[in-house]
Amino acid sequence: MSLQAQLQARVGSFDLDVDLSIAPGEVVALLGPNGAGKTSVLRALAGLLTIDAGRIALDGIVLDEPANAIRMPVEQRPIGVVFQDYLLFPHLSVLENVAFGLRSRGVGRTTATARARSWLDRVGLGPAANRKPGSLSGGQAQRVALVRALATDPALLLLDEPMAALDVSTRVELRRELRQHLESFGGVRLLVTHDPVEAMAMADRLIVLEHGRVLQTGSPAEVTQRPRSRYVADLVGVNLFRGTARQNVITISGGGSLTAVGVTDGDVFAVVHPRTVALYRARPDGTPRNVWEGRATDLDLQGDRVRVRLQGSPSIVAEVTPAAVRELGLDRGDQVWIGVKATEVSVYPA
Amino acid sequence: MRSRVTAGLIAILLAACAGQRAPAAPTASTLTVFAASSLTDAFTRIGADFQTAHPGTTVHLTFAGSSTLAAQIQQGATGDVFASADQATMQRLADAGLVSGSPSIFARNRLQIVVAAGNPRHIGGLADLSRAGLIVLLCAPSVPCGRYASQALHAAGVTVTPASQEADVKAVVSKVALGEADAGIVYVTDVKAAGAGVQGVDIPARFNVTADYPMAVLQDSRQAALARAFINYVLAGGQQILARDGFAAA
Amino acid sequence: MALPQPDGRRPAPAPVPFVILAGAGATFFVLPLLGLLVGAPWRSAWVLLTSSEALTALRLSLIASLSATAIALLLGVPLAWVYARVSFPGRAILRALTVLPMVLPPVVGGVALLLAFGRRGLLGGWLADVFGIHLPFTTPGAIVAVTFVAMPFLVITVEAGLRSMDTRFEDAARTLGARRWTVLWRVTLPLVRPSLVAGTVLCWARALGEFGATITFAGNFPGRTQTMPLAVYLALESNPQSAILLSLVLLLVSLAVLVGLRDRWLGTS
Repeated sequence: MSLQAQLQARVGSFDLDVDLSIAPGEVVALLGPNGAGKTSVLRALAGLLTIDAGRIALDGIVLDEPANAIRMPVEQRPIGVVFQDYLLFPHLSVLENVAFGLRSRGVGRTTATARARSWLDRVGLGPAANRKPGSLSGGQAQRVALVRALATDPALLLLDEPMAALDVSTRVELRRELRQHLESFGGVRLLVTHDPVEAMAMADRLIVLEHGRVLQTGSPAEVTQRPRSRYVADLVGVNLFRGTARQNVITISGGGSLTAVGVTDGDVFAVVHPRTVALYRARPDGTPRNVWEGRATDLDLQGDRVRVRLQGSPSIVAEVTPAAVRELGLDRGDQVWIGVKATEVSVYPA
Repeated sequence: MRSRVTAGLIAILLAACAGQRAPAAPTASTLTVFAASSLTDAFTRIGADFQTAHPGTTVHLTFAGSSTLAAQIQQGATGDVFASADQATMQRLADAGLVSGSPSIFARNRLQIVVAAGNPRHIGGLADLSRAGLIVLLCAPSVPCGRYASQALHAAGVTVTPASQEADVKAVVSKVALGEADAGIVYVTDVKAAGAGVQGVDIPARFNVTADYPMAVLQDSRQAALARAFINYVLAGGQQILARDGFAAA
Repeated sequence: MALPQPDGRRPAPAPVPFVILAGAGATFFVLPLLGLLVGAPWRSAWVLLTSSEALTALRLSLIASLSATAIALLLGVPLAWVYARVSFPGRAILRALTVLPMVLPPVVGGVALLLAFGRRGLLGGWLADVFGIHLPFTTPGAIVAVTFVAMPFLVITVEAGLRSMDTRFEDAARTLGARRWTVLWRVTLPLVRPSLVAGTVLCWARALGEFGATITFAGNFPGRTQTMPLAVYLALESNPQSAILLSLVLLLVSLAVLVGLRDRWLGTS
């Protein structure tokens, strides 16, 4: 079971232009900041959003193709959706909620109830069958929402921020559980989230979405080691630069330059981990090839590290120990010298 | 800020109350007259004339069905004069001790059949009202006009099943004028007042009922002298106006 | 001062002026009922109430108000749905027209109905000629008059409920494979049940008490168009005692329904 989707749509104030595909067997997470259009992509795949152009095909069957006037209505699509707030029908019991999809598709009451009950037993919620959704805890509600979506044996399972409605303490345990369920599900699975930890914990592949466009796709490791957007870089916590390389010198768009090692000429991304950025009171006289002046605009204590935001050519974030800050007598607004070794600049083609 | 708003509201309230209390003129007196609805046009003009003849007086008129007015007076409505369309209603008030002195008959009215202008259904008299397919309206039995209509029909030996028993004689006229009903039994004065949209078909005197309109000063009146003056005016100068509207002389 | 809460929560502190004003408000409503109870001729009550006129009027009132409510549900719920969910040119004007009977003096409404459905009305003549349907001065006419005045209450209430409900539940239902009709029956309408019930009750209560449009459009004839309010009005002139009793009956019937409904149905539990 695979999914190929190209979709363009105008959503509110921005345009969505997404090309994504999900191969059989992989769990994909659509990751991006709030407002990137992730939920819109999910809604488009579900059929709740009208696309202006493109083609959505699930296992070869075309669900949506405006050019050929093909538009399968939502209720006919073989999908299961777990919504962010779960949206369990408050006036129906848990059992009726889970059986809803089956009954709507014409399955008889007895059969539907029996199947719903077995699903509930699978997630350990058999005893809660006759309760109303309002009396469930967050974790229980999530499980009910999941089995409600799975009960109709969908070909495509869409999950919209499945952990968002839960408090942090329940999240870790439920994440593992959800991962297990996802793995045992045979169809196509797409998870939408803004939480990178969630994405990396549950998905085999990440698709990074920003401003309605796919910026990057790859395994969690690839994406985090080689970020191609500020958003991901910030998520991972590295400094990301974009510029043109010529003979190991990268001219950064936005000002400044960095010297690196073994760089092929052309358009490149350069990553510098804050840990490798050194700060000096006076201009250092030593091996680092990259030395320039900057002004500390922000000092942020994070655990046992201090993140120092530096404005300069280029601007950069350094991570130092609190002791170092004390020794340097570093304060907001101070001028300092920044040093980065050429060997610590990680470069890859843009 | 809040205190200013409160002060403003209080000022408005006081002004409104003050406005209510202030009379129109230094020696003004108000006369409240309850009159049957068939007297609407006549008494409006009589009231205006009376005001001109007695400067400083305001005549406040209320028109409704006689029985409705009587009911209100019995329930405590304060007024000075009551002009009824039938004697039975006046008697009811007199029996309850709400009338001062004895009532005076100031006008007489007779019944007439009202039909649409041009008499499209060719109604000639009471007997035609029992024709099949005709929509006939009468006043409700509790209203004087309804009682009189029954009397007239009984006298003529005609049985009519009305489509509706209206609470108000004006409603009968309106519905005939609108074309919703073919005919109705109302007062001569109502047909005259309705103007061009309708016309009247006479009821012979031997079947017709004469309604004596009595008028009296109410027991609770605080303007007894002025009320008396009003009644006398109606009995004298007002007769002309009443005649113009189709009332017969008292 | 703290007041006990209906669902057992801790008492809410209420400012004293508020309680006084609330008390005045309650008195405003309770006093007229007390007046009726005190002024009623209890000795002749049974005779008066079981008279054929009173029973006929009551029967007619119930027939008219219940029929009106049924029509209002049949036509009004879809209308409310359209107002809440579909946007089309002229919706604002159409909606304003729907609300108009609520603000029009009922007699004016009656005249409007005559001009539309009367013998010489826009549609009335055609109805009479083609279908032989006459509405003025008939029981169906009384039902039409009452529906005209009462239906807007149902439409407005249900529309408000539909607007305020979370439509994402409908999305969820569709993703589960429910077709439009199933979504409506199993999700939308159950979710707006409080508004549906409230709207139906308001509509029925207004229909029961309707006077002006009925007497203007349908007229007044015992057994055919004389509903309770009309009977009360006419009785007031000739037989005030009877009028008081009839009023009490109407009041108590309405009270019974409203009290019987309770919070449970109105969705506040």
